[in-house]
Formats: sequence, structure tokens, C-alpha cells
Amino acid sequence: MAVVTFHAVWTVVLFVIFIGIVLWAWSSKRKKRFDEAARLPLDDDEEKLERKNG
Amino acid sequence: MSSSDTYNYQVVKQFAVMTVVWGVVGMLVGVLIAAQMAWPLLNFDIPWLTFGRLRPLHTNAVIFAFGGSALFATSYYVVQRTCGVRLISDKLAAFTFWGWQLVIVSAAITLPLGITTSKEYAELEWPIDVLITIVWVAYAVVFFGTIAIRKVQHIYVANWFFGGFILTIALLHVVNSAAIPVSFWKSYSVFAGVQDAMVQWWYGHNAVGFFLTAGFLGIMYYFIPKQAERPIYSYRLSVVHFWALAFTYIWAGPHHLHYTALPDWAQSLGMVFSLILLAPSWGGMINGIMTLSGAWEKLRTDPILKFLIVSVSFYGMSTFEGPMMSIKTVNALSHYTDWTIGHVHSGALGWVGFISIGAMYYLIPRLFNRELYSLKLVETHFWIATIGIVLYITAMWISGIMQGLMWRAVDPDGTLTYSFVESVQAMHPYYVIRFLGGLLYLTGMLMMAYNIARTIAGHASVRAVAPSPA
Repeated sequence: MAVVTFHAVWTVVLFVIFIGIVLWAWSSKRKKRFDEAARLPLDDDEEKLERKNG
Repeated sequence: MSSSDTYNYQVVKQFAVMTVVWGVVGMLVGVLIAAQMAWPLLNFDIPWLTFGRLRPLHTNAVIFAFGGSALFATSYYVVQRTCGVRLISDKLAAFTFWGWQLVIVSAAITLPLGITTSKEYAELEWPIDVLITIVWVAYAVVFFGTIAIRKVQHIYVANWFFGGFILTIALLHVVNSAAIPVSFWKSYSVFAGVQDAMVQWWYGHNAVGFFLTAGFLGIMYYFIPKQAERPIYSYRLSVVHFWALAFTYIWAGPHHLHYTALPDWAQSLGMVFSLILLAPSWGGMINGIMTLSGAWEKLRTDPILKFLIVSVSFYGMSTFEGPMMSIKTVNALSHYTDWTIGHVHSGALGWVGFISIGAMYYLIPRLFNRELYSLKLVETHFWIATIGIVLYITAMWISGIMQGLMWRAVDPDGTLTYSFVESVQAMHPYYVIRFLGGLLYLTGMLMMAYNIARTIAGHASVRAVAPSPA
């Protein structure tokens, strides 16, 4: 029984954590940081590196 | 300073080239065994060439050799580019390359000899499993070590997917391969009975979820924005996509064991979580495809983008089909039939194959500082491969549903309407069509090998700022 209770509680805990992640990701505070993060692969171009270093 | 001095491109180049090589080899074996299904004579009565031995060779070659090399190449490339730092250890990275090639060669020798644990997608015997574990730990050290010394504060979402893939595969491999050796080439699983079956499919489905999905999603989240020259449609959706996959995939394995000795509640749980998986999968698919929003015209002219976007469409298709097939009543018809094979190949040829091919066409010219030999050939490759997939999966859908219906057909007096061999006979034309589809896909892959070889041997790119010493 103890194992079953543990698993049930654990599942609920994970679910709550997941809801927390969704709220965190959708919070408007994250917007600016995420917009910058989304540009990460595009801003690593050789030409831009050249400019930054040179 | 050119980026080839900053970053370790050597190991990326090696894995990228081997992706193409192992792709050709793995798909060639696939075409051979597809032909054996249609014309059984083709095993030539040679034990090493029988279907039972070559089938695991095919799956290991396409998943772990072709797919694995693509993942190593892209993850090493992406982690360096998005962290702004060279791999933490060149020696350890080189070790993962040679170690992984040794694993593949060992598989190619032992499987035709009939040396197998008989666990699907985990057939390799314990000495090779130990080698895989060592290489994988080295891979994790290189990847996470590079993230640890990164110069960019934020860890880009593609790296989360690659990291999740590396960690989960380590866990799955170690648990499912736990075995007691009785000789150098024979071991027995530490699990028995239904526990063994459940552990096997916990492994098997999560190999699909984390090797063939999470890893390749890492490719999607980097290479689609790069090739489309636009940031990912929704970054917050990509974060939720990652965690939703991580939280739900791990439960879905029991759907491989419907109507078996596995407890009923576990089967239903597996089904429910497989259905829930539809949401994150489609969230991710929409995120990938909508990245092109406002730039759809690029699809018309850019065959590399075609590979990448059509790949994500196949991801959407097969992640819709999968949850449907996990419903117990649907599974009662589809299980053990060719429908499953069709489903797997829409994911494997469409999603995993196309995204890897697209990423390699993007990557290899840049790594070698070359102009791509022929973009027209890429376009031809795309269409030949697409027609190949369509032939393959439609043949398997028809064959599979027919098979399921013939097996369950019962006469009024309670006897089976068809004998097993009648269903085999009915499948023959579809096996021929499947062979043709596979042959087209392989032809495309050979075109790619030619195109890539000419690219590497060809002229330096005009894009090059400074010749790379490499």
C-alpha cells in the first residue's frame, strides 16, 4: 500500500510541477528573454562573429 | 578568426560523412530484406543472409548507425554554435567517434552470425553493450561538459532536447541491457516473464521517444530556423514541448503489450498516456512548421527546406497515427500486422530520415567550406524519396489492415475463414510495392552520397571568409 500511495503522490507532484512549468513559460515576464533566446541560432553566423571579433 | 579554429568541426565532419555512409548501408540491407519478404528465394539458403538475422542488422544500422551518427554530428555542432565555445575535450570527442564506429562494426559482424539477446532494438550482446555504455558516458561528458563551460548564458532549446536524449538513452540502455553473461557471446536478461516484457517495451518505446524523437527534435529546433532564416515560431511552446514529452513519453511503453499477460490496468495506462502524447507532439509539429509563417515561398525554391518541413509533417502524421494505434480496440486489429511496419516507416523514413538528410545537406557544405555540388540533385532526391515513402506506407497500410481483417474473420460455425498462408499470399503484391518504395528511397540516398562526395571533392565556397586549415 505504501508504494502505491507513494506513486500516487509522486504522480500528482509531477503534474503540479508540469503545470508550474507551463505557467512559468507563458508568463509575460519571460517574453523578452525568450525572444532573445529564439534568435540564438541565427545570431551565431560566421559573418557576425567576424564583425564582433574584428 | 574563422569559426573552424574556434570550434571542433573535425568530429562533426566525421560523424556527418558516416551518417551518409551508414544511411546507404542500412537502407540497402532494408531493401534486401524487403525483397526477401516478396521473394523468399533471395536468402540463398545462406544462414547469414536469412531475414531473422538481417532484420536486426537493418534496424541497428538505420537507427543507431545512420540516426546515431546524425545525432552525434548535429548535437556536437549545435552545442558548440549555440554555447559559443569549443567542445570541452577533442580527445574524448574523437573517442566517441571511433568507439561508436566500433560498436556499429561489431553489430554488423555479430548479428549475421546469429549472436543476439533477442531483445528488439537491443539485440547486441553484453560485450558490445558494455562498449556502448562507455562511449555513451564519454558522449555525455563531452556534451554536458561543453554546456558547463558555455559563454552564452541561455541554454538554447535544441540543447535541452539533445541533453534529454543523451540522459534518457543512458538510463534505458543500462536498465534494459542488465544481463548475466554465461559466456563471451551469450547472456541472459536479469528480468523474467512479463517483467522482462515490460522492461523491454519501456526501453523500446522510449528509444522511439528519446532517440528517434527528442534527439531529432533537437535537429528541428536548430536547423529549421537556420535554413528558413527565421527564429522558431514560439519559444515558450518549445519549452513546454520539451517538458511535456519528458513527462509523458516514459509511460507509453505498455501499448506494445496490449492483450498480453501484462496487467490490464498497465495496458490502459499505456494507452491513456499514448493518447495524451498527441498534444505535445502536435504542439511541436506546429511550432516547427509555423516557423515558416510569412516565408512560405521559400519552400518552393529550397529543396533542403522541403526535406526539413516535410519531415516535420511526417512527424505530425506518425504521432497522430501512433496514439490511434495505441487504442486497445484499434490495436486489436493492427497489432502484429504490417500496419505497424508502415507506421514505423512513416516515422523512420519520413521524420527521422528527412530531418537528418536535410540537416546533412545544410551542414556538410559548411563544414567542408564548399559549395553544394548540385541543388538540383537535392530536389530530385527529395521527390524520389517522397514517392518512395508514399508507396511504402500505403502498401503497408493496405496489407496490414487486410491481414488483420483476414486473421479475425470467422465463419458462422466458429472456424477461421482464412488459413494463415492465405493471408500471406494476399500480402504478396503489397510486399512488391513496399520493395519498390524502399528501392526509390535507397536510390535517393545514393544520389545524396554522390552529391556529397562531389561537394567535398569540389571547389571551395565563395562564402568562405578565410580558407580553413581544418
